[in-house]
Amino acid sequence: MYKLWATIKKDISVLLRDKVGLTLMFTMPIVLAIVITTIQNSTFELVNNNKVPLLLCNRDTGDASKQLITAIEKVGMFDIKQVTQNQTDKEIIDRMHAKDALVAVIIPANFSEKIVANAKNISGKALNNFGLQADTTKASADNVEPLTLYYHPVLQTSFRLSVNGALRSSLQLVQNKQILKSLYFALNEKELPKNLEDEVVNENVPINEISVSRDGTRNIPNATQHNIPAWTIFAMFFIVISLGSSVVREKLNGSFVRLKTLPTNYLVALISKQLTYLLVTMVQAICIFAIGIWLFPIMGLPKLNLPSDLFGLLIVLLICGWCAVSFAICVGVFAQTQEQANGIGAVSVVLLAAIGGILVPSFAMPASFHLIIQLSPLHWALEAFYGLFLEGGKLKDILINILPLLIITILIQIITLWGLKRKNLI
Amino acid sequence: MGTAAVSIEHLGYRYPRQSNIFTDLNLQIEAGERFGIFGPNGAGKTTLMHCMTGLLSFQQGKLSLFGNDIATNKKETNKLFGFVPQDFSFYQELSPVQNLEFFGAWCGLNKQAIKQRTTELLEILGLADVRNKQVQKFSGGMKRRVNLAIGVIHDPRILFLDEPTVGVDIQTRNAIINYLKELNKSGTTLIYTSHQLSEAEELCNKIALIEAGEIIAHNTLDNLLSEHKEDGLEGLYLNLTGKAYRDGNV
Repeated sequence: MYKLWATIKKDISVLLRDKVGLTLMFTMPIVLAIVITTIQNSTFELVNNNKVPLLLCNRDTGDASKQLITAIEKVGMFDIKQVTQNQTDKEIIDRMHAKDALVAVIIPANFSEKIVANAKNISGKALNNFGLQADTTKASADNVEPLTLYYHPVLQTSFRLSVNGALRSSLQLVQNKQILKSLYFALNEKELPKNLEDEVVNENVPINEISVSRDGTRNIPNATQHNIPAWTIFAMFFIVISLGSSVVREKLNGSFVRLKTLPTNYLVALISKQLTYLLVTMVQAICIFAIGIWLFPIMGLPKLNLPSDLFGLLIVLLICGWCAVSFAICVGVFAQTQEQANGIGAVSVVLLAAIGGILVPSFAMPASFHLIIQLSPLHWALEAFYGLFLEGGKLKDILINILPLLIITILIQIITLWGLKRKNLI
Repeated sequence: MGTAAVSIEHLGYRYPRQSNIFTDLNLQIEAGERFGIFGPNGAGKTTLMHCMTGLLSFQQGKLSLFGNDIATNKKETNKLFGFVPQDFSFYQELSPVQNLEFFGAWCGLNKQAIKQRTTELLEILGLADVRNKQVQKFSGGMKRRVNLAIGVIHDPRILFLDEPTVGVDIQTRNAIINYLKELNKSGTTLIYTSHQLSEAEELCNKIALIEAGEIIAHNTLDNLLSEHKEDGLEGLYLNLTGKAYRDGNV
């Protein structure tokens, strides 16, 4: 036991002397977490809190266009800025280039007239179909002139489609109302009563919105809850730079030759390195979490909310840290030089992070990547963290993610031991 | 006759994908000797020392230290000897005290014993004043002394020394040689290799000359000198190994 303690003391002392390595291990992920969270926060706010600025030019004077504007307002996702009807398309586009709005809608002149005529036409056809006498006045059957939707190119496709859907739904409401009015008038020769109109048009099938969080809370995901776990994992795995080099340095300098002649198995050194660097990964996680909890709110970023199952969080951190340390030692055992360890370590961690969903969400990856994703320990670690941080899960809920992470860790350990044995180092 | 410190019988060793270094090497080094192994570059000195310290696993023969077979009883044999490699074999980021504490623990010493030996060794080797300084900043001579201190921290019965004084000034060399003689007087068998023949003459009481993996001479220095009618080790060395360059395998 004293051998192990002396080795841990030695490893900590060597680590503390490596100022550059320490700086890299702590500042790099902290800077990444702050920068990426700040950038992503504005996107999340746009989706969750902010309204999309919309320029609305109504060149129509009838009721239908007013009803359409009311319907668009009721959608709730737009910050509507009405512009005068004599503004040209070019002037509206120029305002959009000046970032006055991301979306613009132009309601054409005679919109109401065309909607009413179209409604009369449809209702007439319907009545004829039912064998009833329709109004003998021939309604103009011209097609309704389309609404014009301008959108800023920065708008993502998915967001543009949801804007389009909201407008289409508003338009549908206005059209349905007109058809209903027309049908009612044709049958009863009087205007549709207001209460009946409201009852028929506004009585939609309700949608129950239920969050799928495991603890029943409805926390809106924010950039902090996404980024802090992701960059904590990245930071843990980035110790490959320091630890991988440390293993190679020990192999290359004379100390390793002497260690091999001493009556102690090199496994003691490996266990010591694992414990020392596991401690480092825990300190990294504490630092990054502390920044999320205390520094982010001061910077105007959302505060990090720790999951309710802190024991589960500790278990995930320990297994993730152990996996990161095992990976770093494995790289160190197989690398021939420090340059190799640094290069292979850095590139492999970035690759594993990319395929693991740290840089790009896993669901956004092509189907051909789905098997490869599962090979990345960072993927399983991230899923486990998201299970706790975003879904409000408990340890039992994320066992399905922890187990693959544990299996990958054990496999890495076996490969490392095989490498040491093959090189006659143990 | 007592148990030999080192007993080598029919040793055969070859590096992977290379021809044999040793085919049938036999050597006995008695306890208490100051034994020097010499030979030109590529003769097999370092390979032999690495076989004796267990750094290389030989393919045939038997090698034992004080009767303990090194192939089957590695852990026990490792306790018997200390090794001072030619390269600085310690953590340069640490201080002498930190290095001795770590290597002492790996030699199986307890905390108290390490503390006592550390104080003793740093005093003897003139490192007491810099005991807590980072070794990286030391001169070559100081680093050599740290290298030696680590090799003897556990008071080994055999001490293997591979060029222990290379690159040091006269004072340091003198101090190291004197310390080694003292160590030998207290019972430690020294097995030494170097190209410093004058130093070897001063230190060794028995030598072996190796040429192409074979021992071509093995006796006390006095006996060898009179047998070959030479008045110094350098003359004897050139007489037996020739004057041609020996650059080893490239």
